[in-house]
Amino acid sequence: MSAKSIEIMVCMGTGGIAAGGDLVMDAFYSQLKAAGLEANVQKGCSAHKVGCRGLCAKDVLVDVIVDDNKATYEYIKEDMVERLIEEHIKGGKPVEEWLVKEDYHNFHDKQVKVVLADCGNIDPESIDAYIGVEGYKAQEKVFKNLAPTETIEIIKESGLRGRGGAGFPTGFKWELCFKNESDQKYIICNADEGDPGAFMDRSVIEGNPHSVIEGMAIGAFSFGASIGYVYIRAEYPLAVERLYLALDQARQKNFLGKNILGTGFDFDIKVKLGAGAFVCGEETALIASIEGERGMPRAKPPFPVNSGLWGKPTVINNVETLANIPAIIRNGAEWFASYGTEKSKGTKVFALTGKVKNSGLIEIPMGTTLRTIIFDIGGGIENDKKFKAVQTGGPSGGCITEDMLDLNVDFESLAKVGSIVGSGGMIVLDEDNCMVDVAKYFLQFTQSESCGKCVPCRIGTKRLLEILEKITIGEGTAEDLVRLEKLAKDVQSASLCGLGMTAPNPVLSTLKYFRDEYEAHLEGRCPAKACRQLLTYTIDAEACTGCGACKRACPTGAITGEKKKPHALDQELCVKCGACFDTCKFNSVGRE
Amino acid sequence: MVKLTINGKEVQVPKDTTVLVAARSAGITIPTLCYHPRLKPNGGCRLCVVEVKNIPRLVSSCTTPVSEGMEVQTETARLKEVRATIMKLLLSDHPVECINCRATDDCALHELTMFLEVHENEFTGERRKYDTRDGNPFIERNMEKCILCGRCVSVCEEVQGVGAIDFAYRGFKSKVCPPFEKDLDCEFCGQCVQVCPTGALLGKMWDRGLRLGQEKKAVDTVCTYCGTGCNITLNVQGQNITKVTASERHWNEGWLCVKGRFGYSFVTSPERLTEPLIRKGKELVEVSWEEALDYTAERLKATKEKHGEDTIAGLASARCTNEENYLFQKFMRGAVGTNNVDHCARL
Repeated sequence: MSAKSIEIMVCMGTGGIAAGGDLVMDAFYSQLKAAGLEANVQKGCSAHKVGCRGLCAKDVLVDVIVDDNKATYEYIKEDMVERLIEEHIKGGKPVEEWLVKEDYHNFHDKQVKVVLADCGNIDPESIDAYIGVEGYKAQEKVFKNLAPTETIEIIKESGLRGRGGAGFPTGFKWELCFKNESDQKYIICNADEGDPGAFMDRSVIEGNPHSVIEGMAIGAFSFGASIGYVYIRAEYPLAVERLYLALDQARQKNFLGKNILGTGFDFDIKVKLGAGAFVCGEETALIASIEGERGMPRAKPPFPVNSGLWGKPTVINNVETLANIPAIIRNGAEWFASYGTEKSKGTKVFALTGKVKNSGLIEIPMGTTLRTIIFDIGGGIENDKKFKAVQTGGPSGGCITEDMLDLNVDFESLAKVGSIVGSGGMIVLDEDNCMVDVAKYFLQFTQSESCGKCVPCRIGTKRLLEILEKITIGEGTAEDLVRLEKLAKDVQSASLCGLGMTAPNPVLSTLKYFRDEYEAHLEGRCPAKACRQLLTYTIDAEACTGCGACKRACPTGAITGEKKKPHALDQELCVKCGACFDTCKFNSVGRE
Repeated sequence: MVKLTINGKEVQVPKDTTVLVAARSAGITIPTLCYHPRLKPNGGCRLCVVEVKNIPRLVSSCTTPVSEGMEVQTETARLKEVRATIMKLLLSDHPVECINCRATDDCALHELTMFLEVHENEFTGERRKYDTRDGNPFIERNMEKCILCGRCVSVCEEVQGVGAIDFAYRGFKSKVCPPFEKDLDCEFCGQCVQVCPTGALLGKMWDRGLRLGQEKKAVDTVCTYCGTGCNITLNVQGQNITKVTASERHWNEGWLCVKGRFGYSFVTSPERLTEPLIRKGKELVEVSWEEALDYTAERLKATKEKHGEDTIAGLASARCTNEENYLFQKFMRGAVGTNNVDHCARL
């Protein structure tokens, strides 16, 4: 045993902990100690937690760094720690079969990490770790060497646009607030990430909370806000915990508080926990919620930058937007603008989920094609099924089809085809996904999350959902399709806030690109075989071995038959639950 | 002043005026349901949407302030279509049983359905169903008829300062209710009843009867309950008060309290005193005002002479105005000669 330094990094984002990251971490702690390694290498030996590094599908991911040689392991469980210590750390030979494979590298190679650069590399619970990677340098520069207008100019030149969905130019927003004279201004960090399947903001706060705090302080200084709020979901307990910890550490080092860095500028950040309403991600509803009101949107204008929290000028930026700020200040506007397309600069974090092999968190330059994202980074479709569509922008977005896979992912291009970048959800769908069912899923979500204030959203989305339900059980008519499309457009144009205005997007985009699937449902067929009500189950007497598995699985007793003789299915009793189809090992249950 | 055009017509209004108010001042009708001139604009019903040049989406005129050079359209084919859709959506979640509804002659929803010429409705589906549970004697809530315009919530909070009700739940299940869906337990001022545009909120004691051939009248008068002197309107049919309302034109702006709005049954009560009474022997006997006042003066004088001023005390009523109460204490001090004067509100 001659190693001079040993460093263990265990992925402990929410995904990592769910996969057992904390147990792995504990095992390393106790076994390194028991093996006497800690005493031998003394200061050089450390085991610490790091934030999410994106590839959650392969958690728990563990880096073992011995004398600067790094090896990354995947799918690590606590009982594997002993062998890692024995063979790799003590024996000097990495455990080959547990090392990450080629797809781990493919996943990372085409990414460009700005926001996520230090997520997964530094201990999110240590401000010194953040300072060690140039953290708070940007704040120092802004506070000591730059005039507020110079900072705003840098952000404007960088071309950074809001990452929360709408893509409003950040520098321009800051400038509007700067020009508004007021005795009090606010900056709010919107961390109320509510899209199903989206976890970008969560991972940033869990993995590198200080970058968000630094971004807020820079904004506050440049347009003159003395109080900041982070509006974060209470359902993100780990992010909340690390945020509180980071705020305390930042106060202790005087990056927040009174007379920051001796400049005479006071700024502090309060945390407001959201109770889990999707609509509170809408900025005016978010403001109402901070004010102690029910989270319901208010009509714009006035815009928050003129009359926001408590009627004062308020800038609301998304987590990812703010996390970009320190890097832009450190590296310059040109550096940032060198990534991306003409109108969409920089990188964007996406939560890549659905039927893709490598699901997880990715960061790519704006303008990367969907094909690169899904097939190179994502590794293609699970079980080598056929790609059907990708849904971007969550419940407010739309579907993009195979013939558009070479589309650049940026604000303009996605809007052109009826979808949006949104906050960055990206759900990959394959041939088994029914597009009517997908539209129904998102409508169910927006309907139950509608705040109830305006009629088109409250009742309109309900009626849209009811029509979709009718179609998926085979009771839809041609008039229903006409009604669906007309109502979707009316809800889009008449709703009060962004939630209602965008809720019909999944319907309209699936109607546009997959009208044939809707029409098939009218004829009583679901091409993807996902709408159970439209399916008929049969047993192929020749293939059936009479094993009885389907009979046992059937909840209604619709399947009968003697042992080792072909079984029969009574269509009248069948409730089309699909249990027999899932159970049969001999492919003798048919589904049409 | 700000200049703008609405439907091509030039309009000039003070800064901070909303498009809706500007349009109405120019005699242009824009339909509204949730808007109430004395409450903060809500923007929820979306019926007042208009098109503004260079703004791609439709905006609600009740919440949008005017700006210089703004070009507004309030009557395009697109707007008519959208408004009709909104109305149909509302009606698809409303028990359309107007023939049995007590609010039929006083229902903005009904009126607007006519105005927007919505004769058919292609939207059907689930409707909200609620149990009725009202333990109070004043306000009847038919929440299935509620269109969630939010006026009741606003008036309770902004005008009354009570905040007894608010929106609860989300999506289609949203409803207006007291905290934790408990029974209504407030001061029952009934301001919510006054501003409700449908039959969702009604007065429990409102006359349900039907009097064929009896003339309906609205009689403006002053509430007698206290010295505030709110203007009220008695809605009368024949010899019966059907309900009490208040007009926004008067100084109390249409607002009333529980007594003024709901406490009118005394008017026709057989127990109500309409003449002065004097006890003669064991009987209370109706007498003229002249006799009653003479008798009182005589008794006051006699008591004062026999027992002294300070054996007499006067108690004034909260129903009197300040001026009347002033006169009363003046009378007690000056004419009777005692400081023994008090007021029922101190008891």
